[in-house]
Amino acid sequence: MSKKPLLEFNQFGIYCQQGDFYIDPWKPVNYAVITHAHSDHARWGNKHYLAHHLSKEILKYRLGDISLETIAYNQIIIRNGVKISLHPAGHIIGSAQVRVEYEGEVWVVSGDYKLEDDGISTPFEPVKCHSFISECTFGMPVYTWKPQEEIFKGINDWWHQNHQQGKTSVLVGYSLGKAQRILQNLNLDIGKVYTHGVIQNTHDALIKNGILLKETHKITASTTKEEIKGNLVLCPPSAVGTPWMKKLNPYSFGYCSGWMAIRGAKRRRAADRGFVLSDHADWHGLIQAIEATSCESVYLTHGYTASFSRYLREIGYDAHEANTLYGDESLEEEKGGEA
Amino acid sequence: MKNFANLFLALDETNKTNERIKILKEYLLKVSDEDKINMLALFTGRKPKRQINSTQLKDWALAQSKIPDWLFRESYDVVGDLAETISLLLPLPSNQQDKTLSQWIAEIKELKDKSEAEKKSWLLAAWDTMDQQEKFVFIKILTGGFRVGVSQNLVVKALADIAQLDTATLTHRIMGNWNPDDFTFQQLIAAEDASTDNSRPYPFFLAYPIQETSDLQKTALEIENALGPVAHWQAEWKWDGIRAQIIHRNGEIFIWSRGEDLATDKFPELHRFIQNLPNGTVLDGEILAFKNNQPLPFNILQTRIGRKTLSKKLLQENPVAFIAYDILELEGIDIRNKSQSDRRLLLEKLQEDSLHPEIFRISELVHAQSWDELAVIREQSRAKLAEGLMLKRKAASYQVGRKRGDWWKWKIDPLAIDAVLIYAQKGHGRRADLYTDYTFAVWDGDKLVPFAKAYSGLTDKEINQVDHFIKRNTLEKFGPVRTVKPELVFEIGFEGINKSSRHKSGVALRFPRILRWRTDKKKEEADSLESLMLLLPKFE
Repeated sequence: MSKKPLLEFNQFGIYCQQGDFYIDPWKPVNYAVITHAHSDHARWGNKHYLAHHLSKEILKYRLGDISLETIAYNQIIIRNGVKISLHPAGHIIGSAQVRVEYEGEVWVVSGDYKLEDDGISTPFEPVKCHSFISECTFGMPVYTWKPQEEIFKGINDWWHQNHQQGKTSVLVGYSLGKAQRILQNLNLDIGKVYTHGVIQNTHDALIKNGILLKETHKITASTTKEEIKGNLVLCPPSAVGTPWMKKLNPYSFGYCSGWMAIRGAKRRRAADRGFVLSDHADWHGLIQAIEATSCESVYLTHGYTASFSRYLREIGYDAHEANTLYGDESLEEEKGGEA
Repeated sequence: MKNFANLFLALDETNKTNERIKILKEYLLKVSDEDKINMLALFTGRKPKRQINSTQLKDWALAQSKIPDWLFRESYDVVGDLAETISLLLPLPSNQQDKTLSQWIAEIKELKDKSEAEKKSWLLAAWDTMDQQEKFVFIKILTGGFRVGVSQNLVVKALADIAQLDTATLTHRIMGNWNPDDFTFQQLIAAEDASTDNSRPYPFFLAYPIQETSDLQKTALEIENALGPVAHWQAEWKWDGIRAQIIHRNGEIFIWSRGEDLATDKFPELHRFIQNLPNGTVLDGEILAFKNNQPLPFNILQTRIGRKTLSKKLLQENPVAFIAYDILELEGIDIRNKSQSDRRLLLEKLQEDSLHPEIFRISELVHAQSWDELAVIREQSRAKLAEGLMLKRKAASYQVGRKRGDWWKWKIDPLAIDAVLIYAQKGHGRRADLYTDYTFAVWDGDKLVPFAKAYSGLTDKEINQVDHFIKRNTLEKFGPVRTVKPELVFEIGFEGINKSSRHKSGVALRFPRILRWRTDKKKEEADSLESLMLLLPKFE
């Protein structure tokens, strides 16, 4: 009875032979279905892209003038009899799970996801399937997140305290997703929010896409130190330790990432404050999401794939490790871990 | 204890010295004197006796966390700290409590006479009242694995501000054999020293290296420019043993090691000479394995460290002696303010009068007319089994801690060899979840033989690059250890080498560390086991 699986992993990415398309390919292909616009998922060089409406402007900003079709969640595209649809993944604005159906068999590729409603991304919706290809960036039981209200209370308190001490608060988080999530949850009664150019460009692309964001001020060559003092600056991980950041002195520097849950990782960043804020599912979230799909088989992509798949097998799933080039096995400085 | 847990968290979140002092002061001003002295005890390594061992701790936590054993172990590999791992894996608390640090410490001490079942139910109930941070700090106290990234200097600075005393006085007062049951905060900060502690040592005076790295060899001329005429300096060999302070007061004797560990029982053959010292004497020096008037390599001394009981045979085969550097107290009077030369004369007199010159030795002076001459003499260090020279300004007092200016160590260059990285393991603490613990190999014919492990020497950036390489070039995984594709070459520095039957290569290195990453070398260009073996005779 062994027939070819509907989706397979090959050297270009996750491939559907029947429909002749790839999902988040890491090498250039003809037809790429994109879960979300982070650079390890939406790569340059594909002939044609399919993504969610809300990823349109950001993909164009990041990848230039590409051949791009965008669709709504739950809208169905058919390629050679294979039904393709996108479903909310809750990871960032416009992020999607990709559902693929052919002759009654359903596969879902999660992309990156989180279960918690962050107030700006369309919340995650479980999709029933036979086979589920899931990320597991934080697939270890030591990673469990607190509700975001608690984290943002901490962030706003920290800002308030810095403001009173005449210090600037510099918050580091990756530019697409984290920065907007932070912005929307900041208490602007405390002060103004300034942005690094990279983040402002991302904001502008999203605004163009119809997303409403709170007011920010881009830091330019003419922005004075006095102006910024006591306010909050959003900057990407790549700005840490640069002369650009040094100019913001005196400041307190906070880092927003799921990796901040571990003391060692936090100390390595040498941030003044580490806020445990992730756009990925935590341990319980991953298990809950997998359960909700009622799937028979699970394929684990980036993260602690070996440990997490072993655990899933022990609790009765047909779970496999899949080698992909998404993200990294573990935290990594250069990419700033879009985590 | 919530205050204490928050203190720990706040200290963790900044690495700015002034911020940290401020945080410590805020804590000290907020809590009771009893909590203060308990906090100081913990921060200076005086932890309560361990009542629950790590197996019990792990087993009970595992049962609570409801995950399989292997996943618990892998979680530990990710986190790199047992207390933190447990604190992250335990379920959320269902109760609350607001006990102070002192109350918890008292409860821990009461566990002494409790059965295992009682200990367990006490611990589970305690955990069930704490959030993650409080649990983490609580387990740290419980396991005695309490290390904050805060130096004693910082604590003393905060305390000095509050108590209006100078830091040298407080650094001294906070030393010794006290514990929170017999020493109060008020005694610690009293205007007049109220201590009757016979055991209390003085803070060690520590030297800075005159040349920071082997790449930056200092010439005799540069040293002259930096330090002035050679005649102003006292030069001695820098011995490679255990730095120690020896005390005889009111019939009691004490041997303190540099890490502020009381080591009196470890060196019974020294007791006779210490008892023979005049009452009220404190000496600074080095304990070395010493036989037939000759120092022995450090690995001989190592056979005595960490042993619970010292057999007669061991004491006979590997005896030690004390090489005195300095005298800090004479006839009960603190003489640290006398000059180096004056103290040296007093020390020489004392040693001449000793009935035990074979175990109470004096660090011989190295005389030279010029820095050039001294530089030449320094070349003999290895043959002398010394690490180099110590330079002490003749006019200087004996100071507190590591200070620049009057004491310098002028070490010889380490031995070095180029080796290939073959195994890697994840690190701990700051390096958790990163591959930072490496095993290196040299060529034996066409095979690579592991010969040394090293953990330090790379920059954070290099560590990230090597970690990246390891994750993409793993050949096999054995538990936490990965076999890595042999490709990266590193220059490994070390201080000495000895035969060893415990190591596959047949040799053991002393203080191996990474000197630099040789990105310019291919694995074929690494050194051979033979070249290591050629160094052996020098150290026998």
